[in-house]
Amino acid sequence: MRPILMKGHERPLTFLKYNRDGDLLFSCAKDHTPTVWYADNGDRLGTYRGHNGAVWSCDVSRHSARLITGSADQTAKLWDVKTGKELFTFRFDAPARSVDLAIGDHLAVITTDSFMGNMPTAQVKRIADDLQDQTEESALVISGITGRINRAVWGPGNRTIITAGEDATIRIWDSETGKLLKESDKEVGHQKAISSLSKSLDWSHFLTGSLDKSAKLWDARTLTLIKTYVTERPVNAVDISPTLDHVVIGGGQDAMNVTMTDRRAGKFEAKFFHKILEEEIGGVKGHFGPINALAFNPDGRSFSSGGEDGYVRLHHFDPEYFNIKM
Amino acid sequence: MAAAKIRWGELDEDDDGGDLDFLLPPPVVVGPDANGLKKTIHYRFDDDGNKVKVTTTTRVVKLARTRISKAAVERRSWAKFGDAATGDDASARLTVVSTEEIFLERPRAPGSKADEPSASSDELATANKGTALMVCRSCGKKGDHWTAKCPYKDLVDTLDRPPTSDGPAALNDPAKSSYVPPRLRKDAVYQDGGHDMRRRNDENSVRVTNLSEDTREPDLLELFRAFGPVSRVYVALDQRTGSSRGFGFVNFVQREDAEKAISKLNGYGYDNLILHVEWATPRPSN
Repeated sequence: MRPILMKGHERPLTFLKYNRDGDLLFSCAKDHTPTVWYADNGDRLGTYRGHNGAVWSCDVSRHSARLITGSADQTAKLWDVKTGKELFTFRFDAPARSVDLAIGDHLAVITTDSFMGNMPTAQVKRIADDLQDQTEESALVISGITGRINRAVWGPGNRTIITAGEDATIRIWDSETGKLLKESDKEVGHQKAISSLSKSLDWSHFLTGSLDKSAKLWDARTLTLIKTYVTERPVNAVDISPTLDHVVIGGGQDAMNVTMTDRRAGKFEAKFFHKILEEEIGGVKGHFGPINALAFNPDGRSFSSGGEDGYVRLHHFDPEYFNIKM
Repeated sequence: MAAAKIRWGELDEDDDGGDLDFLLPPPVVVGPDANGLKKTIHYRFDDDGNKVKVTTTTRVVKLARTRISKAAVERRSWAKFGDAATGDDASARLTVVSTEEIFLERPRAPGSKADEPSASSDELATANKGTALMVCRSCGKKGDHWTAKCPYKDLVDTLDRPPTSDGPAALNDPAKSSYVPPRLRKDAVYQDGGHDMRRRNDENSVRVTNLSEDTREPDLLELFRAFGPVSRVYVALDQRTGSSRGFGFVNFVQREDAEKAISKLNGYGYDNLILHVEWATPRPSN
């Protein structure tokens, strides 16, 4: 395959997200402008100007009408996907890290970092259909976690919120009351900070990637460990194939050490593993730095990776990929 | 593919060219076949009036068909916005298709894992199989044991020593008490072992030059073992770059095999080069 290289960002990529139809790809980077691309040919459709800091993550509504972004400028913003117009700003007292829209797009969970003595939180905001009714008030604030919450997502049926972060523990919270329901087992769980979390298509299980050089597959209801994929690099990004029993894992050595070693030592490939057999299927090379973001197209025929090198690489799989036998 | 010339008498003087087309066979279209190859054959006259058959082979490729939701089709026509709306060249240059073909690199190529050990065991097998290789230098018995494990070692030693150790014995006079190298000492197992070892390396040694850069030892073994059991294959590598320096050595167990190999392979075209195969000359210094 010949990947499409998209050099729209001047700083390392942080997050990639496809819309539900798989025709648009949203990219967030440490420069201040999230960008949307056509997912088939990599053409840039537009940019969302308005943030004043690194943008850590984004989510797009089911019908691709609205985009929500979380940024280090202590805000999360709602955007009109079509025009790039800024619709609303949620202000926080700390950098916003992770954003995730619930089913129905009327709720969003936004995490904030610990900053100036504040504890990290995960906050639930209501998203109003009519902008006139939109408020900044939080419907729920979850706190009491030590260490940054790198990712917070909605659980099955919006009933729970799943958080994962620097303390290497995955927690499931009740999304109504904010009560802690489950905590991942310290024995079998990750040993180092969890960098990424990605849900399966049906939300029944999810995959976490950690700096302990492994990725783990968990049941989204019971929080039991299902599978472990061991790799030889710190994991920054993970995703689950929507069509095949494959997972993709990306990462690489710490960016600060990259210039000190040979390029091959960096292990900047996206590694494919068989979801059930836990066996490595293959690797896709290309980035000149660690991979920070990975996303499968919802049709399963392509995937994109975003690296510390500022490139988004859009890969359309060769036909052989779909016939790989283990 | 010019057909027979049309005789000038048959030509109509009035209208030259155009109307002659009726003389040509009708065009034929063959295919497309399973691979999408379509052949179109048509005929025309060239300037000299020769009938020319033109065969055009084209490949018919079906474009991939995708289902796109209506909303996605509508999004196709959205106006660009933000930084993308400027529409200058820089914006268009942001997206490029990689010039490099990227593959999903399998952790091991299918079958490669099975291949590697077989290749090395192959080498081993030839060494073990060729029992002729296993020649005991103490008792001269073939195919039974190696020199170091010779059961008659002690016997042979005592039998052999008197004639060979004459010189060293004189050197080894305790009165002189000067240093005697281990291999010259009276109780040395191999009187001239070191020398023997070196000689063995040069025995039936064939020098191969003008090798292509890609040739590795297994390739050379493959080429030479057809002539008989090979005890050693060596390709000189550049220490810095690791690439071949274009020459190597092959040692045969049997001298006749080496002779045969030289006569057959000298001047043999291998890869893209013509091999030069000859007896290796022993190192001058030793």
